[in-house]
Amino acid sequence: MAAILEMRGINKTFPGVKALSDVNLVVEEGEIHAIVGENGAGKSTLMKVLSGVHPYGTYSGDIVYKGEVKRFASIGDSEHLGLVIIHQELALAPQLSIAENIFLGNETAENGVIDWHLCRRRARELMAKVGLKESPNTLITNIGVGKQQLVEIAKALAKDVKLLILDEPTASLNEADSAALLDLLLGFKKQGMTAIMISHKLNEIARVADKITIIRDGSTVETLDCRKEPISESRIIRGMVGREMTDRYPPRSVDIGEELFRLDDWRVEHPQHSGREVIKGVSLHVRRGEVVGIAGLMGAGRTELAMSVFGRAYGRNIRGTATLEGRKLDLSTIQKAIAQGLAYVTEDRKMLGLVLTEEVRTNITLANLAGVSDRGVIDEARELAVATRYRQALRIRTPSVHQRAINLSGGNQQKVVLSKWLFTEPKVLIMDEPTRGIDVGAKYEIYGIINELAGQGKGVIVISSEMPELLGVCDRIYVMNEGRFVDEMPAKEASQEKIMASIMRQYGTKQ
Amino acid sequence: MSAPAVTPNTSATREMRSELWKDNLRDYGLLVSLLLIVAFFYVITEEHASVAPVNITNLVMQNCYVVIMALGMLLVIVGGNIDLSVGSTVGFVGAVAGSLMVYEKVPYPIVILLCLVIGCAIGAAQGVLVAYGKIPSFIVTLGGMLIFRGLTGNLLLGQFVGPFARGFQNIASGFIPDLEVNLGSYLGSVNIAALSVGVIGAVIMFALSLRSWARARREKLEAEPLALLLGKNIVFAVIIVGIAYSLAEYKGLPVVLVIIAVLVLFYNFVTTRSVIGRRIYALGGNRLAAQLSGVKTERLIFLTFANMGLLAGLAGLVVAARLNSSTPSAGNSFELDVIAACFIGGVSASGGVGKVMNVVIGALFMGVMNNGMSLIGLGIFWQQVVKGLVLLAAVGVDVYQKSKG
Repeated sequence: MAAILEMRGINKTFPGVKALSDVNLVVEEGEIHAIVGENGAGKSTLMKVLSGVHPYGTYSGDIVYKGEVKRFASIGDSEHLGLVIIHQELALAPQLSIAENIFLGNETAENGVIDWHLCRRRARELMAKVGLKESPNTLITNIGVGKQQLVEIAKALAKDVKLLILDEPTASLNEADSAALLDLLLGFKKQGMTAIMISHKLNEIARVADKITIIRDGSTVETLDCRKEPISESRIIRGMVGREMTDRYPPRSVDIGEELFRLDDWRVEHPQHSGREVIKGVSLHVRRGEVVGIAGLMGAGRTELAMSVFGRAYGRNIRGTATLEGRKLDLSTIQKAIAQGLAYVTEDRKMLGLVLTEEVRTNITLANLAGVSDRGVIDEARELAVATRYRQALRIRTPSVHQRAINLSGGNQQKVVLSKWLFTEPKVLIMDEPTRGIDVGAKYEIYGIINELAGQGKGVIVISSEMPELLGVCDRIYVMNEGRFVDEMPAKEASQEKIMASIMRQYGTKQ
Repeated sequence: MSAPAVTPNTSATREMRSELWKDNLRDYGLLVSLLLIVAFFYVITEEHASVAPVNITNLVMQNCYVVIMALGMLLVIVGGNIDLSVGSTVGFVGAVAGSLMVYEKVPYPIVILLCLVIGCAIGAAQGVLVAYGKIPSFIVTLGGMLIFRGLTGNLLLGQFVGPFARGFQNIASGFIPDLEVNLGSYLGSVNIAALSVGVIGAVIMFALSLRSWARARREKLEAEPLALLLGKNIVFAVIIVGIAYSLAEYKGLPVVLVIIAVLVLFYNFVTTRSVIGRRIYALGGNRLAAQLSGVKTERLIFLTFANMGLLAGLAGLVVAARLNSSTPSAGNSFELDVIAACFIGGVSASGGVGKVMNVVIGALFMGVMNNGMSLIGLGIFWQQVVKGLVLLAAVGVDVYQKSKG
């Protein structure tokens, strides 16, 4: 098969950092080519070079597309040739309709006047291709993230895409939506489309990829051909981290004590729609040194549960009791929740976890400024010492604690968020998707931290959409669906099939 | 604890250095531009009138209101809001002060207190609407701007109200009395109080920054390069002593400069060292993250507006005292000067970023330009054009630097 794309000897430097050094990539027509590598390895940068986000002249090396050397000055240039990138963070306008978004920047217009009839008709065709069953007039803000991803793909199709680049396409999708998306990709492949996919999810890559290129520290390590021989996940991981990772979950000696925290008949109503219960009578308990998982599909109410507990950060008309060390808790404000020993590591670290414009140092102390100040005055030396301590303890990779959080990679940002909450010295930590979008090495470190916290006698609640992760780090797993806990099992006896079965069983009884 | 576990490798250290230089370059770029513009007017004005002692004193007195209000505006903008009503608040507070003193014969110390309370109340009222009523600050304060401008007119009925007691005028145009020390003929004609305040101030600044540097060094924490620290301190010391000497050659230390100095030091402390300041920056940088970290964001927003009102009240008094009358047009378009000073000083329009010292320099920048352009006789309309261009250029340079990362 002919190569549709060849990137030769690509070098790219940012001020002070060499992001890519002599990267080579060959993509053949009609294949799905996966690119894997740890966070900060340079995958996204490479794709930005390819799509013209970093224009010609800011990098060195050649991009050969369909046999010709191309010099893209902008995204428009690359899109014009059918090279379309879908970024990790979705780039949709929330207050515009699906149809408007599909043709955003590529309007069905003549002389600047939009033909709405044509727009909607073509949108319907494209939506049918990606299997999106919605009205073209529905606003983006009113559909789930899974469907939003489909809109992104429809948008790429509208540009007559030849080579589709997907950066972490399933990062924010649940398992069912992810599976549907991957099937869609396989379908497009049959019709001859070429795709490049960046992903951390090795099981997904194993399912769809024809070839895998591994990038480490800004250079290509190797390209594996999955059609010749089956590639195991541990083989890929070895290439990514440069060492064999036999165990993806660090070992831990379990020492579970008496009951620490419990919720009884916790009920929460939707913040806007009064009377509509989102959490419908949840009871849970966590013991000292125990790691408890909450499994469930997107929209099961896991985040809503966590946030409602954490000082009523979500919902209204919250009822039920929360008990810590036998004492009833007053969780009416976030301040009180923190003061009584609760911490909530948010799901979305950029939107909810970090002040990106601020330094690592100030992010770490934000939730416990009292711990570094006297009578409202911050003791800078003490604050620096605290930040330095956590930087070392959690091995946050940053040139300095004065670095702004925005400049850190995802895994290191997550460690900063964790440091912030550890510094509040919580008794119970609720962690919402603690390893989303971070690489294998950083995940391993985060799991190690979770183990350590449990070892100190804290109670840890982990919410995760990745079931292997729950099975790997938890002692006990609750299964949540539609605002209720539908099952509870020791992790030893749990399996992905068993968890899915509990969720599906509930749907079965409803009919 | 054992010796520091992480010895920063050389490339990391270098990166940190370059980061520090980059941060500093932005800050000192502003200062250098200010010095350049001062030099420009020094060359271009007749007999170097722009740096004559009388003009330096004038410069301070003409621009004090911008500095005073820019300190409050900094906090408002850093918190993610804007306050358009400050110019009208200046007019209204001045009108109230004038009416009370001239028509009601209320003693001026009481009037001063009352006016500060009124200013604070105006800010607080708008703060309630923004913070708890969740109405965008642009709209709330646009309303405030119209309301208080209108009330000022109603109160004064188009009249100038004045003059005021000498004591009241001193807020804006008085001088700190000189020390009765005889230093012989050498410094005979120079105001000793002003000069010594300048020298002592420079020495204290030097000592403080060396102390904190030494402390960071001792505890093996990251400290900025010594050369940079010394260099910037020397530049600052020269500027402070130079200004002090220039003031000393005229009538001495203006009262209003003392007020400003105290305020600048206070707000610098609040923004860099206090818990409340830190929280305002976090709020502006990411409101949701701040909330989820236990920061009471509504209360903070309210406080930034109440504080802004208080400072606008003070500025209102200073402006009335300087003009020695309350006028219906006092404070007209002051909000624009103040906001421009903040943006020239590098405050981010989207919140979370801004430094007190840079805002002060931004205000001085505006002041020097106003003053210099008047000296060379540039028409008032052209002055506006130039100021607009400078604002765009300053923010443009900022955006360009950021995009280069």
